[in-house]
Amino acid sequence: MRKVKDILAITAALLALSVSCSKKTDNPEPVPPSDNKPTPLEWTKPSYFPDPVYDLSKNPLTVEGVELGKFLFYDGILSRTDNIGCGTCHQQQAAFTHHGHDLSHGVDDKIGTRNAPSVQNMAWNTSFFWDGGVHDMDMVPPVPIQNKVEMDERVGNVIEKLKKTPVAGAAKQVDYPKMFKAAFGSDSITADRMMQALSQFMMTMVSATSRYDYFLRGDASALTTQEKDGLSIFKQKCASCHAGELFTDQKFRNNGIAPNRINDQGRYDITLNADDRLKFKVPSLRNVGLTAPYMHDGRFTTLEQVLDHYANDKPGSKDSIYVSPTLDPLLNVAGQKRGISLTAAEKQSIIAFLKTLNDDDFIKDKRFSDPGIGTSF
Amino acid sequence: MMKRTFSWLLAWAFASGVLMVSCAFPDEDDDTDPIETGTIQLQFDNIVGDKDLQLDSTRYINAAGEDFTVSKLNYYISNIKLVRMDGSIFTVPQDSSYFLIREANQESQNLTIRNVLTGEYAGIEFVVGVDSVRSVMEPDSPGRKGILDIYSGPTNEEAMYWDWNPGYIFMKLEGSSDSSTTANGKYYYHIGFFGGRTERTLNNLRTVKLTFPGQKAIVTTSIVSKVFIQADIQKIFNSPNQLSIKKSSSLMFTDSTKYVADNYAGMFHVKEIKMQ
Repeated sequence: MRKVKDILAITAALLALSVSCSKKTDNPEPVPPSDNKPTPLEWTKPSYFPDPVYDLSKNPLTVEGVELGKFLFYDGILSRTDNIGCGTCHQQQAAFTHHGHDLSHGVDDKIGTRNAPSVQNMAWNTSFFWDGGVHDMDMVPPVPIQNKVEMDERVGNVIEKLKKTPVAGAAKQVDYPKMFKAAFGSDSITADRMMQALSQFMMTMVSATSRYDYFLRGDASALTTQEKDGLSIFKQKCASCHAGELFTDQKFRNNGIAPNRINDQGRYDITLNADDRLKFKVPSLRNVGLTAPYMHDGRFTTLEQVLDHYANDKPGSKDSIYVSPTLDPLLNVAGQKRGISLTAAEKQSIIAFLKTLNDDDFIKDKRFSDPGIGTSF
Repeated sequence: MMKRTFSWLLAWAFASGVLMVSCAFPDEDDDTDPIETGTIQLQFDNIVGDKDLQLDSTRYINAAGEDFTVSKLNYYISNIKLVRMDGSIFTVPQDSSYFLIREANQESQNLTIRNVLTGEYAGIEFVVGVDSVRSVMEPDSPGRKGILDIYSGPTNEEAMYWDWNPGYIFMKLEGSSDSSTTANGKYYYHIGFFGGRTERTLNNLRTVKLTFPGQKAIVTTSIVSKVFIQADIQKIFNSPNQLSIKKSSSLMFTDSTKYVADNYAGMFHVKEIKMQ
């Protein structure tokens, strides 16, 4: 019934439109030329992943759009100094994190405040960044571009620079007007199109070909006995937060790590709600074996350190779980020692399992690789 | 039921919107139109006490006894309404109701509002900032273009938008002060927060209501009234909440920003009206 009403409403609107324009119908709209159309690219999700959050209907993928997105992702032209691209801090061999960096450095070697998160499976993110401030993938790129210590550039200026390509004599010749035309049908370069192209590329960056995925799809031999043990312990002790096949519940939690020197308050900085103090987004654990260091400020360099923190069992040392009003209740169960009880053998099994989430195909997939214009430090 | 009503409303809003646009052919402008409209101008003048604000060059003293200069002052004026003599309200159409006043840009301080219903007006209301409706619109929607475009033009150039916690910075005041505790001796007041996208947060949107003292603004098809609005920067520091640059050299992402918003909401007054 509601649908019928909706259709009626739309018909009413169209009717009004046709009546109001009846005077001028003798000039038919010019038909856009049918050549130069970008090639549609089908996007399929792994069957055991949830439906994507990103609305593909508003930005359908095309071969040319994804290609443009890839160039934009790697091109340092996005930064004030023309040498820091997205790919500088999101490097493929480290599952698109910043290999060897707890905190990344951007223009003029300025250091940021948080550990670069992995760019993978973005299609399913309900929010972005450690504090979840951004809710739409199209609005992710301006954050690092306009951050003073990351790329320190204005989006408006990036657009001007893109329009002026190819730059005569430049070492890397990229013709963005031509690429925008291929991707969108006209050579108009706008910020909206730039963000859409980047989203198109990021949509394709799906990691679902780890050994664990083969196991899920029915290959029981893909995991060893220890790894399978680790999986079952993980499900009991870790999966309430690192939930589902994306290994995150996408919530914001205080996992008991002590505030750092700059007293980063995480989610609180977005909401100004005292209940959100020291909470950070639960990260996906896909490729976690490749994305060291860990936590929002990269304070732990190994998975062993991470599990030692949660187990809170270091002999002779003080409580590793920092107690504050927002500490996650799952780590603070009445009558029990704070943290998650884990034996040494259990920790080893969990780590063995976590490493089965490493996706070698993903980090070697040429579709996601630097097309020869990137800069890595 | 609600949804059904909404879709009907949407349909008619759409239809009438299209009607307006599709019928604006030049040869039809002289069609009989019973509604007469005119133009009103709003001239914003930023002052300090009783003197015109001078960027950078002049040192001022706030009520806390602290010296300060102003190097940057920008704020959005939006959702403008004009109040008639009988108290009824003419709402300026949304498509011409968003402005970014920049002290460094003379032109930005002179607002011309066309298509104002003719009549006599006794006051004005406006919002300092950008309302939640526009703030949560998709950035590529038409309602977020022009002065509200976050990727180009003054909003982008002046960085009047937080990307990482998406929302406009309603008011940006920066300068230097010997009382500042920052490394470079500057102070930064960036006031935003529209009330939250997915959950309720701080709401620093403020509505300002001003009466035209002893005067009215007449709008006819030929008379243009110019309303001179002064904004006293001292009030941002001083009243009703007395702020201290020493205690708060940087106010951006804290609850305390509401005191700044309360202060600047009271900094405006109408100096005079001139007819042209």
